[in-house]
Amino acid sequence: MTEAVLSTLAVSGGFNDPVFEAQGVFRALMDATARPGTLHDLPASVAPPAPLGPGSGAIAVSMCDPDTPVWLGDGADSEGVRAWLSFQCGAPVVQEPDKSTFAFVRAGAMPALNALALGTQEYPDRSTTLVVEVEALEGGPRLILEGPGIDGQRTVKPMGLPEDFAAQRSASRALFPRGVDIVLVAGLRMMALPRSTVVSHDNETEAG
Amino acid sequence: MYVAVKGGEAAIANAHKMLADRRRGDRSLPSITVEQLVEQLALAVDRVMAEASLYAPELAALAVKQARGDMIEAIFLLRAYRTTLPRFGASQPVETGEMIAERRVSATYKDLPGGQVLGPTFDYTHRLLDPALVGDEAVEAAPARESEGEPLTRVADILAQEDLIERAYAGDPTEMPQEPSGDLTREPMEFPMARDLRLQALARGDEGFLLALGYSTQRGYGRTHPFAGEIRIGEVEVEVDVPELGFAVSLGRIRVTECQMVNQFAGSAKLPPQFTRGYGLVFGQSERKAMAMALVDRSLRAGELGEDRVAPAQDEEFVISHADNVQATGFVEHLKLPHYVDFQAELDLVRRMRAEFEARQRSESDTQEAAE
Amino acid sequence: MREAEARSEAEAGLKRLMDVLAASPGDEIAACAAALGALPESIPVRGPEIGLIMVRGRIGGDGAPFNLGEAAVTRATVRLAGGTVGHAYALGQDRAKARLSAVLAAMWSDGARRADIEAQVLAPLAAARADEVSRVKREAAATRVDFFTMVRGDD
Repeated sequence: MTEAVLSTLAVSGGFNDPVFEAQGVFRALMDATARPGTLHDLPASVAPPAPLGPGSGAIAVSMCDPDTPVWLGDGADSEGVRAWLSFQCGAPVVQEPDKSTFAFVRAGAMPALNALALGTQEYPDRSTTLVVEVEALEGGPRLILEGPGIDGQRTVKPMGLPEDFAAQRSASRALFPRGVDIVLVAGLRMMALPRSTVVSHDNETEAG
Repeated sequence: MYVAVKGGEAAIANAHKMLADRRRGDRSLPSITVEQLVEQLALAVDRVMAEASLYAPELAALAVKQARGDMIEAIFLLRAYRTTLPRFGASQPVETGEMIAERRVSATYKDLPGGQVLGPTFDYTHRLLDPALVGDEAVEAAPARESEGEPLTRVADILAQEDLIERAYAGDPTEMPQEPSGDLTREPMEFPMARDLRLQALARGDEGFLLALGYSTQRGYGRTHPFAGEIRIGEVEVEVDVPELGFAVSLGRIRVTECQMVNQFAGSAKLPPQFTRGYGLVFGQSERKAMAMALVDRSLRAGELGEDRVAPAQDEEFVISHADNVQATGFVEHLKLPHYVDFQAELDLVRRMRAEFEARQRSESDTQEAAE
Repeated sequence: MREAEARSEAEAGLKRLMDVLAASPGDEIAACAAALGALPESIPVRGPEIGLIMVRGRIGGDGAPFNLGEAAVTRATVRLAGGTVGHAYALGQDRAKARLSAVLAAMWSDGARRADIEAQVLAPLAAARADEVSRVKREAAATRVDFFTMVRGDD
């Protein structure tokens, strides 16, 4: 890719209205985190370079800045994405997932959760927020959610998560309050699975 | 304990109006302009920028005006404004060796390269009030003469030729860190603290507090045997790497004051006798602050240099925790906020203790009387 | 090799323009830019926006870096109709200056009016800045102490 093409890519596709769109995305993330597993729209107009999806792009531009190192997994990384993140939010891209504040990945290429920053006992907030592009937020295998922000249980059906996702989550539950907060994105729709949410397979239904 | 109390709105609104009225003062006098403050009270503006840790002369001048000249209030205003701005990134370290200096003096070498350049100093003035300044007398331009263009060699470099002074970075120069170890404005303070973080705290620290601490070391509370190796005031270029360009550009120049303190050091088991260094660097023109900062920086290195920590200026946690005047004023001044419920509880406690005390005294005197 | 040289030459030229624009007051830039006639249409890509740069110093003046404090900075990015992008970064809060500087940087990169910009904008502003520096240096030189030794006694 030539310099000129790269620089044009980098400077296009940001928010049309940076203040209000960033506020809208922040609000959606906050609501989604407060009510784990509920579906929310990201009210944004971004067009990041391939292969980063628009939902991930909207979250990146709203949440990332020079103080938030970003890790890009396979299927979210390209020269264009790096230049775009650099211009749009100034976020440095790091090679080690456990040095990142935000990580953007595809569901098919998810890193092990314990390879990310889990925070410390004193500062559990110094952890990675993992943004995962899934095929769809509905129509996949049933997962049961329990925990703060959920009255009893909530059922979600994201499509394309690794099979051991629930197992990895329950393993990392033992580290609480350390852990990773997860946002699942498909297009401009998303749901949040904060570290306080217990995720389990709906074994009974699948068996029956 | 805090409880919500309503009912002060009208009083508060009127207090704000009264403040605005008093700030404006006599309406028959012209209102002071921000430009006038920047030009004519430049050192007040500099102090606000230094302690607010934000270089923005017009905004600092506005803060001074809004605060009616209350420096700490002005610093608070500028700090508050700063929190509303996004951070674009960090500059390359400014090169004070390439400063366009208005002043450079050394107390250690009379004839150092570049010479003793006095600049716009209060030194050698007679400290007599000047009645001429009451009016608006014309002031002639500063005299000029051809500059010899001699570079201003650093005093530390002169001493380094004989290997008689420690290097700024003790380790292998190729391994010198490229990034600071942390940023006080981003992470909570932890002790012990790296020297780069201490310098960040001191650069924004209260001038009066640092002055008093520096003075205390001179009076014997943790002596460091200092010489003002070099003081320079002038403008340095701020360069920043712009990722979208792929190269660094200059943002313009800022005025800073730098002080290199040279301190005698007898050596330790590990280190040979040599001079050590204390460093001060401050936004704007503020020689006093830069010198005090350099004294305190050197004092705080007591542990690193194997000296006994015996004085307040050598106590890192004490110095750094109390250097910030916005924090200090916040905690001192919060005492004036309503503590009605707190106080009621205290009142209740004192009444009960008093009743118990009196009851005990009565019963003691009763026993005594009975014994007699 | 030649391409890399040309690129670094272009970078050096653009850097020189951006450095001088950042150091110059907005009204001086506007006065110089007026000599160029009507400026091309440009689309704001980012800003002008005010933000912070953390200014760093070095421990001891030549050691490891430390955070000295922040500075208020205004930046802008614009795109010309032909697609050329221009950036501006400068200390201070002058949005109009940042916008105009970005347009001038884009025009310079576009190439068609590079010679005009160098003659009408860069040259006079660079000369004015150099004059200022030289005046400060000469004023400082006037306060340099010329030591002389009093002769005591005769041989």
